[in-house]
Amino acid sequence: MRELFVCLVCVASLAAADNTFLLRGATIHPVSGPEIRDGMLLVKDGVIAEVGTKVAVPRGVRVIEARGLHVYPGLIDSGTQLGLAEISSVRETVDTTEIGDFNPQLRAIIAVHPASEHIPVTRANGITTAVTLPSGGIISGQGALIHLDGWTWEQMQVQAPVCMVLQFPVIQTRQERPGARGPRPFSEAKRDYERRLQQLREFFEQARRYQKAKLAGSPEFRTDARMEAMLPVLEGKLPVLVHAVRERAIREAIAFAESQKIRLVLAEAREAWKVADLLKQKNIPVILGPTLELPLEEDDPYDKAYTLPAELHRAGVKFAFASFSTSFARNLPYQAAMAVAFGLPYEEALKALTLYPAQIWGVSDKLGSIEKGKWADLIVTDGDPLETRTQIKRVFIQGREVDLSNKHLRLYEIYSRRP
Amino acid sequence: MRRYALCLLASWALAAPPIVIRNANVLTVTKGRYQGSILVRDGKIVEAGPKVTIPPDAQVIEAGGQYVMPGIVDPHSHIATESVNEGSVSVSSMVSVEDVLDPEDIAIYRALAGGVTTIAVMHGSANAVGGQCTVIKLRWGRDARGLLFEGAPPILKFAMGENPKRRGSLPSLLPGVTVQPRYPATRMGVEDVMRQAFLEARAYREEWRRYEEKRQRGEPAIPPRRDLRLEPLVEVLEGRRLAHVHCYRADEILAVLRLSQEFNFRIPALIHVLEGYKVAREIAAAGAGASTFTDWWAYKVEAYDAIPYNAALMVRKGVLVSLNSDSAELMRHMNQEAAKTIKYGGLSEDEALALITINPARQLGVDKRVGSIEPGKDADLVFFDRHPLSNYAKVLRVMIEGQIYFDRDRDMSRRAELEARKKALLERAREREKKQAPARRRPA
Repeated sequence: MRELFVCLVCVASLAAADNTFLLRGATIHPVSGPEIRDGMLLVKDGVIAEVGTKVAVPRGVRVIEARGLHVYPGLIDSGTQLGLAEISSVRETVDTTEIGDFNPQLRAIIAVHPASEHIPVTRANGITTAVTLPSGGIISGQGALIHLDGWTWEQMQVQAPVCMVLQFPVIQTRQERPGARGPRPFSEAKRDYERRLQQLREFFEQARRYQKAKLAGSPEFRTDARMEAMLPVLEGKLPVLVHAVRERAIREAIAFAESQKIRLVLAEAREAWKVADLLKQKNIPVILGPTLELPLEEDDPYDKAYTLPAELHRAGVKFAFASFSTSFARNLPYQAAMAVAFGLPYEEALKALTLYPAQIWGVSDKLGSIEKGKWADLIVTDGDPLETRTQIKRVFIQGREVDLSNKHLRLYEIYSRRP
Repeated sequence: MRRYALCLLASWALAAPPIVIRNANVLTVTKGRYQGSILVRDGKIVEAGPKVTIPPDAQVIEAGGQYVMPGIVDPHSHIATESVNEGSVSVSSMVSVEDVLDPEDIAIYRALAGGVTTIAVMHGSANAVGGQCTVIKLRWGRDARGLLFEGAPPILKFAMGENPKRRGSLPSLLPGVTVQPRYPATRMGVEDVMRQAFLEARAYREEWRRYEEKRQRGEPAIPPRRDLRLEPLVEVLEGRRLAHVHCYRADEILAVLRLSQEFNFRIPALIHVLEGYKVAREIAAAGAGASTFTDWWAYKVEAYDAIPYNAALMVRKGVLVSLNSDSAELMRHMNQEAAKTIKYGGLSEDEALALITINPARQLGVDKRVGSIEPGKDADLVFFDRHPLSNYAKVLRVMIEGQIYFDRDRDMSRRAELEARKKALLERAREREKKQAPARRRPA
């Protein structure tokens, strides 16, 4: 029995040692403050204990030499389908889109496939945390904030739910029904849009009635999974991530959120520049879609998608970058780089990959910068992580060093050796 | 009349003063990098080096340390065309993209603004033997004929794998709607369609040969009926038309290589070729080229083993490799795509840049004209504000044959004016609508 106890202690202390270390010699980019050259970073039990040019070092602590390298907080992708979709054209491997228009009860987190090949591929380029999102219908379900490491989805979970996903109704003449040819008449599309908008309002009203009934404690009250899922939204505890691409949808989403008194985060708002002042005034954050994207309109300036982040920054709107992808999630830093090429200050680009998403998702006490007390989600690089040519040398998630090997590297190594 | 216009054009070109680009960081791609100048005359590069002759009548472009590289060549795109796939049949070699070029596609200007000057406009991959494809220069503002890359060899598109077999196993999408499946439904069938087509083409060529022989001997001979479907295939067999083959998996790559050897034609570009790295040795040995994406993967089963090291691995095994966009969006930043081959697989800067310039030019058979900065070549040049392999690099100016087709400053300065014009047009349309509205309401 005592032997067993000793062993257990051994295991525990080994595990502790694993996520306790001193990283020194590197240039540390805390993001929340100025860079620290030849810095020291002490991590204890996965949490940043000290950071500075000189920190008190406990005896016997494991030292990681990182001279000439750079340390940044792990990058955050604020919109992906990581873990929910493997091969986009194979239905059996895609769990993003449920049948039905109102599914607030669906939880992305429980469908995250920890063995997805996309996860190690993505984190190998420095992305340590991602929001993974259901899609489809009007209310698609609950998004999850996950670490890109873990044996199970429970271990990967940072915060779930992190948002309720809503696809704001739009007038759409384009038909997505299989076999459909050509657009449908505008009048028909408009009727359909009005019907969907009405359904959305009614769904919220229904949820409010449910909330009241629950509070009243009526004996006839029956628990309803869909309505239960709406309660944190109505209470303003859970933000609603609203996909609204064009100006009209964005304005309507803002009005809707105000009338319903819900917390709004906009997603893929490509015409946000047309409503930037309003977004600033109402303090509504935006999750940007890819910067490397074609302009929406034929007569938009060729660089409209490239300049959107800079325009929002100038207007004072808070935003975070997202790939809205699985297989392209690893290229997230280059979405930010293109925004820098077209006018976004570099520091802001870096923040929109780290600190700002952490703030938007309400986890800035744990994530988003290199500060005492935050989780040691770190990437060690040989240069600026926004540049393609930079190599990511090491990745830590909550102080655990993460394997950078992945499907692509493995195949590369195998076929490099092919005679 | 047209000849007269051509004469006018020619005399205008002759009259254009020579251009000297000064103080540039020149990335020649084939001859290294230097700081200096480029002399352009009549649309051609005349001199390139630290010091060049400056003719007294020269127009001087002060580059001020900007980076100048050859115009980007994209060997596989579907922009500037009205249609992409003639997918109703499995052999559609009689159709040609050249007949449906759309010189007003805004994607042309957007690609220019990303530094692209030469592209292949490709037929799609819906069938085993696809349509004829054509190479154009992005001379934005010219008509369809004015876009054509004079003297570029024509191309025939072939496709292996999932796309061409898709129509063979169509699910019933709608109740009551039956869709006739189209052969082939398997990779076996795809290869068979190709072989049958080449056998037919060979027999057709033989018919013509026999006819010509008889005719030359003075014997009575009836010419065979022309077959527009087989003629392009005959051209491939005779090396007068380039075979570009869409493929993904190692097995199908090998199958088409062996087919090309059986019929004795070369494949200058295996397109996409995402598992090319698995059979790079065989590709190199067959003398075929490869044009790939850098990091697209997992969008279908045949792309699940795609790796971003593909380009570098094939380069190291001796394959002539290029990158292609297949996308109006991706083609706007091929320089950033090239940088990925440095990250994944460790290519040198020149090797990376070659993937988007001289190598695709060779695969398209236009490398004597474009793809590098060398005297004698077309003055197709891109000016970047930083090294083009940096993600922060921006295209400032693009020149084709000495003429500026994109200028960022000019683009920006015209925006307000264009916006105002658009507003005025919309206003006028609204006014007209108001005037006509009551009239329309009256019963006829």
